Amino acid sequence: MSYLSLTERDRGEMLAAIGVSSVEELFRDIPKAVRFGRELDIGSALSEQELSRHLEELAARNVDTSKELSFLGAGIYDHYVPAVVDTVLQRGELLTAYTPYQPEMSQGVLQAIFEYQTVICELTGMDVSNASGYDGTTVAADACFVAKHATGRTKVVVTEATNPQVRQVVKTYAPGFGLQVVEVPHRGGATDPDELRAAATDAACIIFQQPNFFGVLEPAPDLAAAANDAGAIAVAHVDPISLGVLEAPGAYGCGMAIGEGQSAGNYQSFAGPHYGFLAARQDFIRRMPGRIVGETLDVAGERGYVLTLQTREQHIRREKATSNITTNQTLLALGGLVYLSWLGPQGLREVGETCMSLAEYAKRRLAEAGVESVFPEWPTFKEFAVRAGRSAKDAIRTSRERGVHPGYALGRDYEGLDDALLVAVTERRTPADIDRLVEALAYR
Amino acid sequence: MKLIFEKSQAGRRGGELPKHDLPAAKVPDALRRKTPPRLPELAEPEIVRHFTELSTRNFGIDTGFYPLGSCTMKYNPRVNERLVMLPGFRDLHPYQDEDGSQGALELMWRLQEVLIEVSGLNACSLQPAAGSQGELTGLMLMRAYFADRGEGDTRDTIITADTAHGTNPASVTMAGYKLAKVETDARGNVDVAHLREMVDEHTAGLMLTNPSTLGLFDEHIEEIAEIFHEAGALLYYDGANLNAVCGISRPGDMGFDIVHINLHKTFSQPHGGGGPGGGPIVVRNKLEPFLPVPAVVKDGEHFKLDYNRPKSIGKVRGFTGPFGVFVRSYAYIRSYGPRLREMSEVAVLNANYLLARLKESYDLPYDRLAMHEFVLSARSLKREHGVSALDVAKRLMDYGFHPPTIYFPLVVPEALMIEPTETEAKETLDEFADAMLAIAREAEESPALLHEAPHARPVKRLDEVLAAKRAIVKYGFDDHPDLSAAPQEPRQLEAQKGA
Repeated sequence: MSYLSLTERDRGEMLAAIGVSSVEELFRDIPKAVRFGRELDIGSALSEQELSRHLEELAARNVDTSKELSFLGAGIYDHYVPAVVDTVLQRGELLTAYTPYQPEMSQGVLQAIFEYQTVICELTGMDVSNASGYDGTTVAADACFVAKHATGRTKVVVTEATNPQVRQVVKTYAPGFGLQVVEVPHRGGATDPDELRAAATDAACIIFQQPNFFGVLEPAPDLAAAANDAGAIAVAHVDPISLGVLEAPGAYGCGMAIGEGQSAGNYQSFAGPHYGFLAARQDFIRRMPGRIVGETLDVAGERGYVLTLQTREQHIRREKATSNITTNQTLLALGGLVYLSWLGPQGLREVGETCMSLAEYAKRRLAEAGVESVFPEWPTFKEFAVRAGRSAKDAIRTSRERGVHPGYALGRDYEGLDDALLVAVTERRTPADIDRLVEALAYR
Repeated sequence: MKLIFEKSQAGRRGGELPKHDLPAAKVPDALRRKTPPRLPELAEPEIVRHFTELSTRNFGIDTGFYPLGSCTMKYNPRVNERLVMLPGFRDLHPYQDEDGSQGALELMWRLQEVLIEVSGLNACSLQPAAGSQGELTGLMLMRAYFADRGEGDTRDTIITADTAHGTNPASVTMAGYKLAKVETDARGNVDVAHLREMVDEHTAGLMLTNPSTLGLFDEHIEEIAEIFHEAGALLYYDGANLNAVCGISRPGDMGFDIVHINLHKTFSQPHGGGGPGGGPIVVRNKLEPFLPVPAVVKDGEHFKLDYNRPKSIGKVRGFTGPFGVFVRSYAYIRSYGPRLREMSEVAVLNANYLLARLKESYDLPYDRLAMHEFVLSARSLKREHGVSALDVAKRLMDYGFHPPTIYFPLVVPEALMIEPTETEAKETLDEFADAMLAIAREAEESPALLHEAPHARPVKRLDEVLAAKRAIVKYGFDDHPDLSAAPQEPRQLEAQKGA
């Protein structure tokens, strides 16, 4: 199957207009030695029906959350995505547009991005948001780049209780940026502000996660203060779904707020595509990476939207740009905007409260069954760590035999936690689902 | 039209949640939100209407012809959208155990194999989220490779062409390399003599797009590769223009060591108004140990994630990359099979046909056969009638076409960079050519018509200088500034884009 329109007659007329006798001749500038002399070995062409069957067979070999009760989280969450998100994202005019370089052709996407930027600023308490980053990991690297140039310092501090994938990406980017990365260990599931303050000396920024990777509510205002005391920029990595109940980073002294947007409006989709968000205080507006949309007027004095502050960007500044990013995650960010508009402020608070009360119920029921929390002294949001009483891997295996995936094995990333599971409870789970989890985990 | 916030009414709401009879959980006072975020408050029907109205103010490939050079705006098949929504793909958690994600891992492995075959190299990582991230990853691989060989301190420079996408030099900086620029010769190829002078023991590599952003295949590509390989340096292929050469010429056979492939260009991932994309990288054997982790590998009949890569650069994105993009691109590739060659042939045929129809009326800086795109110049229109490439672009909107890329590549003044892609019918190409010819006549007869274009879009030309000066980048609610209080003559000083 192909998506080509040209008939034989078309081809003949076109070749004649060009003044060549064959399609082959169009490629005469390619030296003979670098021409490919055989057919591509990539499987035969499939009709739409055959293609569908092939991919349906592959999809059927995955165990998704419709087949197995899942308490997996650890950065990607099974929150409900309303039908209205799918509907908007399938509008061809939005789905099949490129980056809005020509504003008169792109007012729909531009206004949507402006609205998205507003929503992100409202959630985080920041002054400026970009049009999105790749995901919740790369925005952390972006934040380090901003902080380096804003402070002239070359050290960044990341708490160990920050998502391990975020830390890994920061470490991968750091050598190119000329940055050293220092990690501050967690103390019993949370970060010690004094320890962070000591580490923040001469740091460009400190990155912490709220709620942290263990689901624990960090003493975030104290962590931000520790950074600010040292003249480092406090960067909070936050879960947008939590920001109806948890304080906005801008309200407790953070200079930047970043995060993974997936929980708000995107499917799990085996980790992508999703959107990362990056928002900052006004001070950093001209150092922001990526696209930013601004309001303006047209010749007739009508309001309109354009890509703005483009002198930061690679297509103008080239090697002096604030980032190399061009493609971002606009469509997924639009999904976030639609979702958050659907929820509204009350709905967002209710999602947070529902997740929390279900998670508390799960914690209590598990404890009653002898499955204790790893960090019982700290409050948590929708996710928490428990001791499985055996290796977490074994617990996952036996639990999955009962149709329940109980969570993420924390021993993959943290020493001494081989028996710990990170359990995520979203509003899609019910008390009855949680009872099944308890039963599956309690079973030996 | 109104912003969604301007339609909001306190107390209105869209979705509701299931209710459970459970005690409320307490958030400690110090951490609890004090002021609710001012999210829009609308009922669902108004939400649907709002976004539908936004969509009517936007132009996609579904709306019409979109010859945006270097962006490969081809048709996005609808079956791919259906397939990506299969629950087995859509609702799959990335930490699902390997035995519960065999279908996803197999799809990624198969896509890797295809990209390896198309690029003529040996190993692939799907992890990078976009072309520019693929570039950065490629440069990180170079760093790791040379550090491993003990040459990390000496090789500190990357050479790019003066026709390169802006992402190339920006990626060079982000990877911590120095940048050197090679010039373009009179035929639009890399100036080989200049290149020879530049390459030495400090050179880590070359980043090159081939065909170039001028839409021209570099006739000296073998010689260029030899210069770098003799100097012990590496060659990086910017795959933005791969749509010209699938099944016709492979980057690996041209001598490139690292390639990134834009899945949202050549392999039809819809670009969604700016993203998502995908920027897998494919490399020669010697670079494989440095690829990001985890690698997707086949072990007998089983597919798995391999984290045991001690020389790996690490991770450039979460998990294994934007999976939904892989589903769509894999589906696109399997539709064509070996006919990918025909896909590229028709892309090149369409481009050359348009070029043939337009070259008498616009300046052609390099008079050669084009590959999948070509660059014209409005220099004569500008000199003779005061009509710029921007004016031509804006006037094309009135004819119902998305404009081409303008003012890029930078080496061509008043550039119009046109890429029709293979999925357009001849009639569409003819209508576009007719419009371009009509505009060239209008430039002579009634230039004001062009200066004031577009006339038939939801907005007229927008003041980009005002936007940058005032930097209103979010809605201000009750304090939202009223720009119209201070009307000015709109100006567009910010450069237009390069892809």
